[in-house]
Amino acid sequence: MTALPNATAKKLGLVIDLDTCVGCQACVTACKGWNDAGIGLSDQDPYGADPSGTFLNRVHSYQVAVPDGPAQVVTFPRSCLHCDNAPCVTVCPTGASYKRAEDGIVLVNEDACIGCGLCAWACPYGAREMDADQGVMKKCTLCVDRIYNDNLLEEDREPACVRTCPTNARHFGDLADPESKVSQLVAERGGYDLMPDMGTKPTNKYLPPRQKGPGTADPLTPLLDIKATGIAGWLDRMLGKF
Amino acid sequence: MHPAPSVILFSTLSGLGFGFLAFLGWGVLQPSGWAAFFLWALGYVLAVGGLLASTFHLGNPKNALKAFTQWRTSWLSREAWASVATLVLLAPVALSDIFGLGLLPVVGQVGGMLALLTVFTTAMIYTQIKAVPRWHHWLTPVMFLSFAVAGGATLAGHVWAPILLLVVGAVLWALWRVGDGAFAKAGQTMGTATGLDRLGVPSVLDPAHTAGNYLKREMIFVVGRKHAAKLRKIALALASVAPALVLLLPLGVWGIALAAALHLAGALAARWLFFAEAEHVVGLYYGARR
Amino acid sequence: MNQPRVETQREVSDEVRQTTCYMCACRCGINVHLKSGTVAYIEGNRDHPINKGVLCAKGASGIMQVTAPSRLKAPLRRVGPRGSGAFEEISWEEALSTAVAWMKPLRNTAPEKLAFFTGRDQSQSLTGWWAQNFGTPNYAAHGGFCSVNMAAGGIYTIGGAFWEFGQPDWERTKLFVMFGVAEDHDSNPIKIGIGKLKARGARVISVNPVRTGYSAVADDWIGITPGTDGLLILSLIHCLLEAGKIDLEYLSQWTNAPLLVTEAEGAEKGLFVRNAESQPFVIDRRTGHPAPWDGKGVEPDLGAEWQGNRTVFRHMVEEYLKPDYAPEAVAARCGVTAPRIRALAAELAEVAFEQALSLDQPWTDFRGNEHANMPGRPVSFHAMRGISAHSNGFQTARALHLLQILLGAVETPGGYRLKPPYPKPIEAHPTPHFVSTPGKPLTGPHLGYVRSPDDLCLLPDGQPARIDKGFSWENPFSAHGLMHMVIPNAHAGDPYRIDTLFLYMANMSWNSSMNSARVIEMLTAKDGEDYVIPRIIYSDAYASEMVAYADLILPDTTYLERHDCISLLDRPISEPDAAGDAIRWPVIEPDRDVRCFQSVLLELGARLGLPGMVNEDGSPKFKDYADYMVNHQRRPGVGPLMGFRGDGTAEGRGAPNPDQLQRYIANGAFYQAHVPEEASFYKPWNAAYQDWAVRLGLYESPQPYLFNIWSEPMRRFQLAAEGHGPRQPPDHLRDRLRQAMHPLPIWYAPFGDEDAAFGYPVHALTQRPMDMYHSWGSQNAWLRQIKGRNYLYLPTKIWEAQGFQAGDWARVSSRAGTIVVPVAHMAALNENTVWTWNAIGKRKGAWALSPEAPEATTGFLLNHLISELLPDKGARLSNSDPVTGQAAWFDQRVRVERVAAGDHLRGTAEPGFPELPDPPRAGGGRAQNSSKNFAKSFRKLLGLAEVER
Repeated sequence: MTALPNATAKKLGLVIDLDTCVGCQACVTACKGWNDAGIGLSDQDPYGADPSGTFLNRVHSYQVAVPDGPAQVVTFPRSCLHCDNAPCVTVCPTGASYKRAEDGIVLVNEDACIGCGLCAWACPYGAREMDADQGVMKKCTLCVDRIYNDNLLEEDREPACVRTCPTNARHFGDLADPESKVSQLVAERGGYDLMPDMGTKPTNKYLPPRQKGPGTADPLTPLLDIKATGIAGWLDRMLGKF
Repeated sequence: MHPAPSVILFSTLSGLGFGFLAFLGWGVLQPSGWAAFFLWALGYVLAVGGLLASTFHLGNPKNALKAFTQWRTSWLSREAWASVATLVLLAPVALSDIFGLGLLPVVGQVGGMLALLTVFTTAMIYTQIKAVPRWHHWLTPVMFLSFAVAGGATLAGHVWAPILLLVVGAVLWALWRVGDGAFAKAGQTMGTATGLDRLGVPSVLDPAHTAGNYLKREMIFVVGRKHAAKLRKIALALASVAPALVLLLPLGVWGIALAAALHLAGALAARWLFFAEAEHVVGLYYGARR
Repeated sequence: MNQPRVETQREVSDEVRQTTCYMCACRCGINVHLKSGTVAYIEGNRDHPINKGVLCAKGASGIMQVTAPSRLKAPLRRVGPRGSGAFEEISWEEALSTAVAWMKPLRNTAPEKLAFFTGRDQSQSLTGWWAQNFGTPNYAAHGGFCSVNMAAGGIYTIGGAFWEFGQPDWERTKLFVMFGVAEDHDSNPIKIGIGKLKARGARVISVNPVRTGYSAVADDWIGITPGTDGLLILSLIHCLLEAGKIDLEYLSQWTNAPLLVTEAEGAEKGLFVRNAESQPFVIDRRTGHPAPWDGKGVEPDLGAEWQGNRTVFRHMVEEYLKPDYAPEAVAARCGVTAPRIRALAAELAEVAFEQALSLDQPWTDFRGNEHANMPGRPVSFHAMRGISAHSNGFQTARALHLLQILLGAVETPGGYRLKPPYPKPIEAHPTPHFVSTPGKPLTGPHLGYVRSPDDLCLLPDGQPARIDKGFSWENPFSAHGLMHMVIPNAHAGDPYRIDTLFLYMANMSWNSSMNSARVIEMLTAKDGEDYVIPRIIYSDAYASEMVAYADLILPDTTYLERHDCISLLDRPISEPDAAGDAIRWPVIEPDRDVRCFQSVLLELGARLGLPGMVNEDGSPKFKDYADYMVNHQRRPGVGPLMGFRGDGTAEGRGAPNPDQLQRYIANGAFYQAHVPEEASFYKPWNAAYQDWAVRLGLYESPQPYLFNIWSEPMRRFQLAAEGHGPRQPPDHLRDRLRQAMHPLPIWYAPFGDEDAAFGYPVHALTQRPMDMYHSWGSQNAWLRQIKGRNYLYLPTKIWEAQGFQAGDWARVSSRAGTIVVPVAHMAALNENTVWTWNAIGKRKGAWALSPEAPEATTGFLLNHLISELLPDKGARLSNSDPVTGQAAWFDQRVRVERVAAGDHLRGTAEPGFPELPDPPRAGGGRAQNSSKNFAKSFRKLLGLAEVER
């Protein structure tokens, strides 16, 4: 199973808009809640000195020194990118780690996982976390238990992080279909891959922050020389127009 | 990378064990009787003990047998096969040595090659990881093999052992030289990791969580430069130079034991460094480049 | 290929119950998924008007809140010294009778000796009503500590405010400018709105000293110097006036710009010129003669001068065209260059006037004039705490509303829209009531809107009547009270001492006071044998820092175990296009001996025999809060909930309906009454809206009004300060009243700026994290992993000047105190400002956290640096806005010094406080889930793993 499929019919994945993400962490706990209820994501020392737990999605915050203008701040959600050429899959000795042929989702079959951690080592993106309680590897499933789940309303069949995102910075869809909303967003907004040189061919794309800076409106022109005319002149001019 | 004792012990002991088994399989020592029993036992204990140590690294070892299924793609699975094949193939050789059964030497020779192949597969587990640029180099398997061969030769009291030990030193030195530039050469930065190189130069404002997590514990280990430099000298001295010198002294079996012990200590130090100095690109997300 | 089978059809739950979130004040709708009666998963309710399905980090972590080990489990009575944390569990009967035994004598002799203040309470229409019937003048919630400047500044100017009381026209606005906005009330709606703007590429600008969150995604960031927003805004106004880029039609029709201001010296100077019917009037351009301000067809002349009296418009233009407001004159002070200010003004003008829009929606105004369409200016603003929590915050809020008005961008398409019950003029609000009579209720509600000095809450001797000095000369418009002054004033006996302090959900001994350390001293201070504040009753659901300082604890439920109503009488969940209210109901039952505080309050009221809470025979009128929500009538036919009244079809007005709560539950726990389409904009003047509002019961008759560019109530206080009128302020307050009560929005330096001269040049701010709400989040196993530590962020200038390095600590001092804290570098920050996340720091032993938890060791509060009083200049004055009493915590100035390595035991923030003992509490919570170890690996290896799972 650790052989990658030659091609997948679909490439389901996420498009994350860094121009819109305000870093609210909503996706982080929606993911935690959904998957804790499903596959279990444990926490260690939850009220103690050194709490720690399994999260499948984490939001970083960076400041960026830019050539012109003040430093910028970008919040950056990080989760599995469901790579086409997923190194986490091929390293797995048991076949627990696999990429689905039908939709390209990279999953862990926990029943086969030995918890060796090699897949987490192989992933450049830190997408996999070993659950300290269960001893098996956990990762973003793209909410495979939501997106096809007939127990949910049609509109709820999307990943929990996408459903909850208050700014709609996360988009879910088929990136193999050039007509899909996500593909078009990527095309319009210059969606990019993380660490493309690693050869992983991620499915998930990030939309870069838009150009920032002062507006380009024409400068305002004073109605007249107020020092010369006084307020009276201004009133005449202004209210005469009215 | 976190220098986990289980993995350090595993790779060091099993490397030494398989290296020694290779020499036994090749018939370098030609022992018999109890001597053969003890020597083969030493080889098996080191190799199997190392493998057992590695299971401590597993989160869910009850599925361990499934690790044999993915030999087509997974170096870890191949290692499982190679190690078992080696151990199985060399068992009759050991028995033949102990009981003087006169098994065909070709079995031992093939077994010996398999032992080294096992070490190679172990090395490839690390070498294949592109996300750890320091490991992702042909010198990594060379290093693992040189340790196995030199260690095995030392335990076997082979005449070439001092030279092989010095080769270990040279390989270590080369690996460090290459490795020190590997991360930069791989070209990954916080900018490429986040794609924010499009905007400018990013740095960390807030970590994703202030609490600890598996990634930080497992992939991000910071070892001080001074500390590492000192440890490199110690590793080089213990793994290579000192045992080579000891072997040149007329100390007989005790000399071999001392050289092997020194070499093992050096190997552990080198292996600790192999992990501790290895930086995973995921550290870029956390601003954790040294 | 043979893929493993994956479970795609997971049963999420066996039941979904819809209620209202309370992980912060945003009030989103949630779907609580239950499995075998316990909470399995919480997600947003797609149909809910506030969040439309989305949910924030806090909301999705609610499951960790209702199981937090910090939950209190039974009533407690203090047995050791106050603050020792020694409690015994008592029965509810004992708790209630104790409370009644304390309160009843007070009611019969001196009701003001009971001070009842609530914190992040969402039931103020009940708590206020209760206090009113008790008869104490001493009631408020924590708005004075929070953001009353925004509320009062808005209501006095446009009859509505920012907070969550209005929102940009997200669908149409093309330029959205935020001042001092970080995570706050209206958390998800603002995020949803920004998402909409981003999706269509509309432009977002943030004016904020700190570039995080919303400011981070803004297309432009103006890193202003704290406390100067008002000056920047007035400079923008200067630029717009200079270029004539203002909406004259809007000003003449919908604002008091054309009203005439009395010029003659004397007690009327600066008040509106009035006619024989005491009505202000305008000069009709068509005739040049006076005409009624609300006359049909009248074309008010903005530039009129009549009998020597000039219009508000002329006063305004004269003020803001002064060179003092030119960008070049304010640039240095604001930390924003003049070209940047001019560029922003140009951008506002360009979008407002060159990209104006118009909706084809005929409507009729209150004058009877018919309009064929609804012109709009697609510029919108939002502002919050950043401009509010300063001693010039009220005037700054007014300045921003003036800017909106000048652009014609309030209640017009593309601009800022108010949500019912707003718009609502001052005149439709009550004035404050305060006269306490033993055994009798107050004659009206405590909180209101003061029109003149006559409305102040003063005793016959001129002393403040309220313990917090609300509605006194020190802060005349303190519409939300001054919760932050209750304990300091009661301790100082200024204006008097009290007997019983009754608090709900207010963490006064920690992050809800300005100076926590001083307040802890005050709470434990003794006068002889007794405490200076003799009795403290506290209700909270959790083991907060305040619990240890109370004498009697009434344990509350968590939000999923209770009834609540989010009412139009209080702070509803309306949208611009619909009035909305909502309920909470017990989707799970409490597993411990706790009670919904509001039910307890009603029971106390019944035991005390308070009017409205007992039947004629003295029996309790309401069984519990749920009963009250359905059956209480504030006015005939108008109750806490507007939906499903009468026979279930009545909206707004109607008899109580016993099925009302069931109907709410079936409807997702909320109700919406939709604003008719022709009433969606121009609401203050739109006849269709006014009629709809009356039908719904928002008020009893139409209340059209003009926006108050010139504030007559403010001018009346200025007149008093100038010596006019029978009620006179104390002399030491005259100057600051004259300054702060200027009838036009003006700017003056925040009081805290004085500290710069004492060697404290740096501004110090806090911000709420989006994933934490005050202190509540830290007890949450998930949220505390995200933010369990805080750092003081230092700008590059300070970082480099003192050679700070990663991992360093700094000593931060102010005139009030010193803290030692971990620091981090932040480049996207005003160069004279430092800041940290609010309320991450916790007292050791509180909230059921380990005493070694990072929140208790390295976490810190800025509160220890803040004084609740201004430096003494011969009078004891609160560190608050002089208009509203808003706590001025963003005025804070500090000095930052690097702590040399080795000079400080790094790893512990200072000041440290003794560890609080653990009170009796529920325990439990998120399982520890021990991490992997060798022994465990072995057990798993041997196949024993399943046993321990």
